[in-house]
Parts: sequence; structure tokens; C-alpha cells
Amino acid sequence: MKKIFYILIFFFAAGTLHAQDNDSGASYGDRIVVGTIGEPSVLIPMLASDSASHDVSGLCYNGLVKYDTDLTVIGDLAKSWEVSPDGLTITFHLKPGVLWEDGVEFTTADVKFGFDTIVNPDTPTAYAEDFRQVTKFEIIDTYSFRVTYEKPFAPALTSWGNLTVLPKHLLEGKPITKNDLTRKPLGLGPFRFKEWAAGEKIVMEANKTYFEGRPYLDSYIYRFIPDAATLFLELQSGNIDLMTLTPLQYTRQTDTEYFKKNFQKFKYPLFTYVYLAFNFQHPWFQDKRVRQAIAHGIDKQEIIDGVLLGLGEPATGPYVPNTWPYNPNVKKYDFNLEKARQLLAEAGWRDTDGDGLLDRDGKPFEFSVLVGMGNSVRLNTATIIQWRLEQLGIKMNIRVLEWSTLINEFIDKRRFEAVLLGWSIGLDPDQYDIWHSSKTGEKQLNFISYKNKAVDELLEQGRRVFDVQERKKIYYRMQELLAEDLPYIFLYVPYSLPVVSSRICNIKPAPIGISYNLPTWYVPKKLQKNVRVP
Amino acid sequence: MIIYLIKRLFAMAPVIIGVTLISFLIIHLAPGKPTDVMTELNPKITPEARARLEKYYGLDKPILVQYGLWLKRIALLDFGNSFSTDSRPVIDKIWDKKLPVPDRRLSVTILINLLSMLLIIVIAIPVGIYSATRPYSLGDRISTVCVFIGFATPTFWLSLLLMMLFSVKLDWLPISGLKSLNYATLGPWQQVLDKAMHLVLPVFVSAFGGIAGMSRYMRSSMIEAINNDYITTARSKGLTERAVIYKHALRNALLPLVTILGLSIPGLVGGSVIFETIFGIPGMGQLSYQAIMTRDYPVVMGILTISALLTMIGNMTADVCYALVDPRIRVK
Repeated sequence: MKKIFYILIFFFAAGTLHAQDNDSGASYGDRIVVGTIGEPSVLIPMLASDSASHDVSGLCYNGLVKYDTDLTVIGDLAKSWEVSPDGLTITFHLKPGVLWEDGVEFTTADVKFGFDTIVNPDTPTAYAEDFRQVTKFEIIDTYSFRVTYEKPFAPALTSWGNLTVLPKHLLEGKPITKNDLTRKPLGLGPFRFKEWAAGEKIVMEANKTYFEGRPYLDSYIYRFIPDAATLFLELQSGNIDLMTLTPLQYTRQTDTEYFKKNFQKFKYPLFTYVYLAFNFQHPWFQDKRVRQAIAHGIDKQEIIDGVLLGLGEPATGPYVPNTWPYNPNVKKYDFNLEKARQLLAEAGWRDTDGDGLLDRDGKPFEFSVLVGMGNSVRLNTATIIQWRLEQLGIKMNIRVLEWSTLINEFIDKRRFEAVLLGWSIGLDPDQYDIWHSSKTGEKQLNFISYKNKAVDELLEQGRRVFDVQERKKIYYRMQELLAEDLPYIFLYVPYSLPVVSSRICNIKPAPIGISYNLPTWYVPKKLQKNVRVP
Repeated sequence: MIIYLIKRLFAMAPVIIGVTLISFLIIHLAPGKPTDVMTELNPKITPEARARLEKYYGLDKPILVQYGLWLKRIALLDFGNSFSTDSRPVIDKIWDKKLPVPDRRLSVTILINLLSMLLIIVIAIPVGIYSATRPYSLGDRISTVCVFIGFATPTFWLSLLLMMLFSVKLDWLPISGLKSLNYATLGPWQQVLDKAMHLVLPVFVSAFGGIAGMSRYMRSSMIEAINNDYITTARSKGLTERAVIYKHALRNALLPLVTILGLSIPGLVGGSVIFETIFGIPGMGQLSYQAIMTRDYPVVMGILTISALLTMIGNMTADVCYALVDPRIRVK
């Protein structure tokens, strides 16, 4: 019996290999099942605030502009656009002949409707502010419109993504939060919505009238499985074609022959970085030498190897490596305890009473770092830092707090000495709200109260200039200043670790991820396993 | 009896108001707001935008006013709309009229819990009787050990082990969810079978701890019954052991179980976060967990109110059943 089994396996394996050799052309058919932990909540982009909702609604609604693989801005529904020399107006020209699913043409009237809806005070949206900067919205003709801003505002261009693309003919006169489209979108993107089984899955089908040509895959199924371990078991049994792995799963649980044969793994930096931030209102941390000493006392690679199993990159500033605003040549702080001790001594920190802790003016160097509950990666990071700082004679206590408490009671009220957090960064390099000295008020995001006039100026300039090369210079300079000042100790950029069934071809990882060319993914005819019965 | 019932029903009103008021205050005391999902650490949010959002959800009003408004709506049987970004009516989330009845969240949870309760009764009562009639025998000791293992086994761990064995290694049962992806293309009998296969593991896992507990209750109440004088009387008048145990002892031993079953009625509705999450089952446990984590007050309140009502109805039903089965405590 066992023998027969082996022979069968052999045949199957040979068959698969054979198919791959023979059939490499793109062909229509089959489906992809994507497994995630979170379920979308609403499928109108401007109302959504979670990534699952944006993932799915992004398949139905394209934007006017989008990011290319190298993060430059290119047209999507817009054929072209012009920015006036003073940077105050942008004129968009839409591609003609783009159809909504029901056959109605997409025009500037739809964009105007989307714009009016998003700036309407009765629309509960988190994205209105970029659009509130618009002082005038003029429709020139069916395919062209012009928007005027009060001040030049470079991030404005990329705000014209899919937030304001809505079918006016279906939504006019209906409340945006209560209409059929919130759960049954009708869009113009590569996939059409078919079914949403709450708590289970969303089924999408190829849009045959998609303006860039129909996607190769017949359908896209988004399954929600709230437990990560279950999700991984489903992947192992072949019930899921795509999911994101944890570092542990990536390195230890998928290193088998079975996985190598049936799945393709990818890794690329996420648009996120994790940092240790100090409260500048605390006298100890106002001294740059103390911050630099702590930076020298932390081994970033050790943290990456320990908590991310090597699946991340050291961060040197608030941008992600391999993107255009990222400056690789800033001051770096190598792991050097000697240098750290020297800097601390210069700042007046010495162990005068021989208890192993540094002290100054009779006070030992002891502080607390706040960490959000439930994030073991960050907690482990804090523990490693704690151990390293102990070697410098600094006692760092770790306080773990429930997320809402951490933000509302401690960060917003500035009641902290240090905090270990992460930022998800947008694709536009503007970080005015995080570093500008005017943003230190309650609930504002410069919660460490960092103030540097030169950085302020660069941030203001960066918003006024549209040219990528010019902006690059500005943000390069800003990163140099931040690296010298060290308002945060930038720790690491974790990797995103997607795994996809090897059946699916034409996946080309790029700095923006893998799913940007989803419509061109295909399954070679002979590998198609879900053939639709007519 | 009817007057007693009416009295009980009237007594429920102040209790419901008390329960909801306290719940309302407690969930509002927890740090965070429903709007946090949109506003927290979001660079694009200005203080005005935050205020606008809070006003939109009525969070700017004093808490007692908010409670008053909520109570007013509830009196008209309107649970309001969810504060999550989908703004759906709370009642639709719990009992979506557009879906077939068995697919609605509440029915999914009730179905699983009823099946598991049935499984508990079917297994636990015979085990309890067996142990009680042969106390401290080898069989009793084995079942005691099994019971404690059952008590001590963490549900999530057991679930994953069973999934790995039955779904990944043996490929007998599906891993998660309630339906296969090709469910719609199956015939009616295949659909029933498909669902049954999906239910095997979740029902077993949710019954697992209960079997342990219930068989202990059964054992102790059976031992107590057997030690009564009327059992000695029954034996002395020459009845068979069978009749003594199953007719005289068992009937009396089942009385406390009525109370326990009555008390588990709210559990039928509450659902379990742990196994619904692990098995990816769209039931009430998942819904309430998500609602609590996102501070979706209307949904949390809706679920709490329904559970509170059902708990009280459960208690009342238990009392009535008690009166029916036990002539000693009937109210005159």
C-alpha cells in the first residue's frame, strides 16, 4: 500500500513539473484565495479606516493617480495632469471611455461628486483634510477638471487616489453611510464585487470591461480567519493561496520540501518603522549626548536577529530603505559601549556611589519605557534594550499598557519618559505633523515636543515643491539633521512576508509590495485547479 | 402560577435598567472612543475633524444624556446603528434578515451551543451515573482523571491539535469556517453534510470542558441521592437495582441539573470568543469581541441587553421547570 502511495506521489510530482515546463504562457481562468485575519468593515474607500476594507475596495475603485513600483506618481484613471508654476492649481485630464460596471462612463462629474461628499461635514471620514485645502473645484469638461489650493501643497497630488472616485449616478441623493454600495460596491476596477458572506469571505469576479483589459484570474476570494495559527493550517492544506507569514513561520515552519515546491515566499520592507522616543520635556533627554549615548548602546542588528529572526533592516531615519526619499548616508550610530559611556560621562553621568547605576546630582539614571500590550515583538525589543542599557549603568523599566490607555492617558497627555512605538508611513515623504514644532499640542503627533528651526523650514519647503529631485534634496537634508539630533532612536524596518501558491505566476516584488500588478497574475492552463463548470 | 409569572416579568424591568445603566457607564469609562480607529495617531486629523466625528456619533453629549437617548431608542426596540465604519443597524449584525435563518450570527452560535449542550448531556449523565454507582472503583478513578484532564486542557491548544490531526494530516474534516468555498454548487444533502463536517470539531471542542464539569455535578448529586433513606426503602422492598437507580435515584439526582441548564441559557447566546476565533466561525463571540475592541458602544450594548434579557428568562424558566419537576417547592 505504501509503495503505491509513493508511486502516486511520484507521478503527481512529475506531472506538475511537466506542466510547468510545457505551459508558460499567460492564460485566463482559476482563482486566488487570499487569507487574512481582519474582515473589511465598509467598501467605500473614504469611509474605511482598516487595511482589509481598503484592500478589497481597492480592487473595485481605481484612483486618479497611483504609485509606480519605484514610488513615483503615475496616472491611473487620469491620463495626465499639470501643476501650475506657482503650485496652486492642478489640472487633471481623465482617460476617456472608462466604464463603471453598469456601463455608464466615468467622468469629472463623478470626481466632483466624490469631492463634495468627502468635504461634507456629515461624512464620517478620516481623510477629509487634504481635500479641505482645496479652495475651488472647477469642471472644465467631461474629462478635465481643475483644483485650486490656498497654499502650494505637494502631498495634494497623491491625495487624488481612489477616495473621491464614486459613481454619482448611483449615489446622488443617498446618504453616503447608508446605501447599498457600502456593502455591495459597484466600481470600475479590475474586479467586480459578487458576494459578501459576513464572517466568512468576500467573492470578487474579473471585470470583463476593465479599462486596462480583464484580469487573468477569474475570481478573487478574500477569506477571513481571525486566528493566525488556523490561517497557517489552511495554507498548508492548500485552501488558501496567499497570506502574510510571521517571521517565525517564514524561517522555521515553511522551510520544508513541501513548501518549497508548492509556495513562493517573498520579503520586502514594510512602510513601517519602530523607534524608541524620548520626551523632550524631561530634562535628562534634552541633552543630545544622552540620546546619542543610548543609540550607541543599542545593537540594532541584534534586535532584528533576535525578535524578527533577521527579517528586517536597521532604520536610520523616518523613511524606508530603497525608496526615493531615503537617504542612506546619514550619521550612523554603531554599537559601541565605550563611546556610549564616554558621551554619558561628558553629559555628567557617572557612577559615584558604586551601585552599578549612573547618577548625576544624586539621582540615579532610571526611567520607564511604555509599550503597547499584545505586541510581543515590541516587548521583546524593549527587553533587549533594557539588557543593553543595564550594561551602561542605566536602569530602564518596561511598562506594558493597553493600547487605548497608552495613547489617551500617557502619550496624549505627555505623561511618559520614553516610549517604544512604530509609525506606518505614507508613501508621500511629507512628515510635517510628526516633526514640526507647531505640532506639539495635545493629541498632536509631535508628542515628544521636538523643536528644531532648521527641520521646521525643511518641512515647510518640502510641502511647497512638486519636483521629485528638489524634494529629494530637502528630505535628504532633513534626515541628516534628524540623525544628528536623534529625537527618536530609529530601530528597525520589519519585512512584509507574503507567501503565494506557486501555481500563480507573474508576481514581481517591488518596493511597493507584490499586489500592484494583481490583474496580470495568472495560472498556466495546466496548473489551473479550480475550473469553472459552465 | 400565572400571577407568579406576571410578577416575575414585572420585576425584570428595573433589573434590566440597572444592568444596562451599569454596563453603559462601564464601557464608557474604558479609555478610548469609537472614533479612535479613525483619529488615533493619524496625521491627517485636525482637532476640528476630531470634534466633527465625535459630534456625528453623539459622543460630545454628557454620558447620562447619551444613556437617556439610548434608552429611549431601546424602548422602541431600536438598537441603533453600529459606530464602526459600516454604520449598519445593530440588529442587522446580530440577526441579518437578508440571510437564511441558519446563517444569521445568533442562530450560528445557538446551533453550535445547543449541539454541544446535547453532547454534554448525552455523555456526562451516563458517565456521572457510572461513577456514582461504583464510587472509588477503577472505572470511577479513570473517569475522574479524564475529567480533570478535560478541565485543564486549554481550548485553543486542543483545537489546534485536533485540526492538525484531522484536517491537515488525515484530511477528514475541514479546518475552519462553516461552509466550503464550493458550497453553493452542492446539492441539498451535500450541503447538510458539508455543514455537519464543519461543525464536528467546533462542537466537540466547545463541549469538551462542559462534559468534564457536568459529569462531576451528576456524580455528586447521584451519590447524594443514593445515600437517601428512600433508596434504602426502595431496596428493602425488593426492587431491582436497575429500578432503584434509574427510577428512584436518577429522577431526584437530575433536579440540580435543571438549575445548571437554566443558567447556561445566556451562554447559548454569548458564544465563545476563543473557539469562534480559532475555527473562524461567524458567531456572536466574534462580533462582541470586535465590538469591544473597537469601542463600538451600540453593538456592545445591544449584545449585553439581549444577553441580560435571556439570562433573566433563563432563570425564570429554570424556576418554572423546577416547580414542574419538584412538587416540594411549588408555590402555593
